[in-house]
Amino acid sequence: MKIAVCIKQVPDSWAEKKMGSDQRLDRASVDAVLNDLDEYAIESALALVEAHSPTGEVGEASGHSITVISMGPERATESLRKALSMGADDAILINDDALTGSDALATSKVLAAVILAGGYDLVLCGTESTDARMSVIPAMLAERLGFAQLTFAGKVALNGTTVNISRQTEFGVEEMSAELPVIISVVEKINEPRYPSFKGIMASKKKPLVTKSLTEIGILPADVGSAAAWSTVKDSLPRPPRGVGVKIIDDGNGGSQLVSFLAERKLI
Amino acid sequence: MSSVLILVDSVGGKVSKSTAEIATFGRRIGSVIAVVCSSDAAIIVPQLADLAIDRTITCTGVEFEKFSTGAVASALAALVTKESPTAVLIASSARGKEIAGRLAVRINSGIITDAIDIDSELIATQSVFGGSTTVHSVVTHGTPIITIRGNAVEAFHASPGTNAPVHEDFSVSYDGAGGADRAAVLSVAPAVKGGRPELTEASMIVSGGKGTDGNFAPVEALADALGAAVGASRAATDAGWYPHSFQVGQTGKTVSPQLYIAAGISGAIQHRAGMQTSKTIVAINKDPEAPIFDVADFGIVGDLFTVLAQASAGVIAKKS
Repeated sequence: MKIAVCIKQVPDSWAEKKMGSDQRLDRASVDAVLNDLDEYAIESALALVEAHSPTGEVGEASGHSITVISMGPERATESLRKALSMGADDAILINDDALTGSDALATSKVLAAVILAGGYDLVLCGTESTDARMSVIPAMLAERLGFAQLTFAGKVALNGTTVNISRQTEFGVEEMSAELPVIISVVEKINEPRYPSFKGIMASKKKPLVTKSLTEIGILPADVGSAAAWSTVKDSLPRPPRGVGVKIIDDGNGGSQLVSFLAERKLI
Repeated sequence: MSSVLILVDSVGGKVSKSTAEIATFGRRIGSVIAVVCSSDAAIIVPQLADLAIDRTITCTGVEFEKFSTGAVASALAALVTKESPTAVLIASSARGKEIAGRLAVRINSGIITDAIDIDSELIATQSVFGGSTTVHSVVTHGTPIITIRGNAVEAFHASPGTNAPVHEDFSVSYDGAGGADRAAVLSVAPAVKGGRPELTEASMIVSGGKGTDGNFAPVEALADALGAAVGASRAATDAGWYPHSFQVGQTGKTVSPQLYIAAGISGAIQHRAGMQTSKTIVAINKDPEAPIFDVADFGIVGDLFTVLAQASAGVIAKKS
């Protein structure tokens, strides 16, 4: 089985983010890391292969492969290397100056082209990136590829060519099933992503990481990037600081003072 | 006159509060056409009578629940062709955003998610980067598809009998494109409904964190006294003290209620990202330096157990 995991390099989710003068996220002033939520997708891929490997290990002997795919600038190779050090087999970066400013539609177009060309059976994603937080890429990929969509999975199991997931939605706990090829997004409670071992880090340096241009994946530069982004930010401003609040030390009456505050604000 | 398509959201045959809210936004832009894609349409349509809705359309001919987001997106795409609306508005639920994403691909149109406001010129306001930045965005190509967060507006309700949306049925077929018919829902175990409101719809929320030490009873007691929902920080859900589905924060739910009470939550950016746009924020924490106090309108430095117990008793006394 060929598994692809789509990942994104994002500004450190613990850092304060701000907009640049071009009305796009200022990525230069913050550390870039592998999107936290994508680590769960990488771990899920590794766990699936381990469960279906004769040796219980990932790699060539397992008979399966895990490719990590990302669209981004040169430095996104750091995040791809991290995925390789966790145990993925190879990596593809789509890097092209024309991609700057791409929206979710263009991003899904690029990822879909790479997935289609690679002939993957199973695609894993996190539920969202911690920077843009749109949470639409997995559904857009399913729409473009015609793969079965199994999103927000809290459990994933593979039996032959059938994938079963369990997920929590507003309707309750749903058990879903689909035949390959499928696209799965996993929630963060699904697993505990492993830390790369020293051995894994050393091995990752020798694993294949290829960079492809738009021409190489058959997409026209005019179809992506800021000129083809179909939504645009007109302006942005830092949220005005909240008015200075009242802070009291509980002297035994704190609860009652809270009730008075709520009554003043007409909340009760 | 320009028109707007809104997608009606319902759970278990009950129309969600978000539907009333997106209808209210829709009226700012044009006449509102509410689209019902559900096998429960017969019980859903009457619930739309008092909302800011001019026409209702029930899509028939497809098992929407079975084919889920792909079939709904295909029905909306057909209606975009039929009605040529100015915009399509959808609730910012996980499912709503998936439908919006698929529709954007299908009709080749721009998409904006998680708007907290929208004006008659279709300029959407978003609160991004954990609530630290406000952004105004527009769709520049195709039919704008905009998803809207819950609690972003006071929903319009007409007085009984004064509003009568015109109703029609619209027959759609689903061609299977997008692969949505390839995934089957085998079973659904309905969520156990407590008496409390749903987290993302609630106008008041009381949340507990690490400081509760696993004892959520006082948090629940104040929530019940107020008629509020209960939330939890990631520290509390990771410790197994409260189910993950109640987690507020970057990796959990994003909420924006009238009142948010954080008890024993330090207020790491992970948590603030999910609640910072709440109208009024109250914080109770032992540590006077806890970052949650930076965003609180009313902060109490003290023991959450004594403060919450006293507040619950006070609220109950006030209400009786």
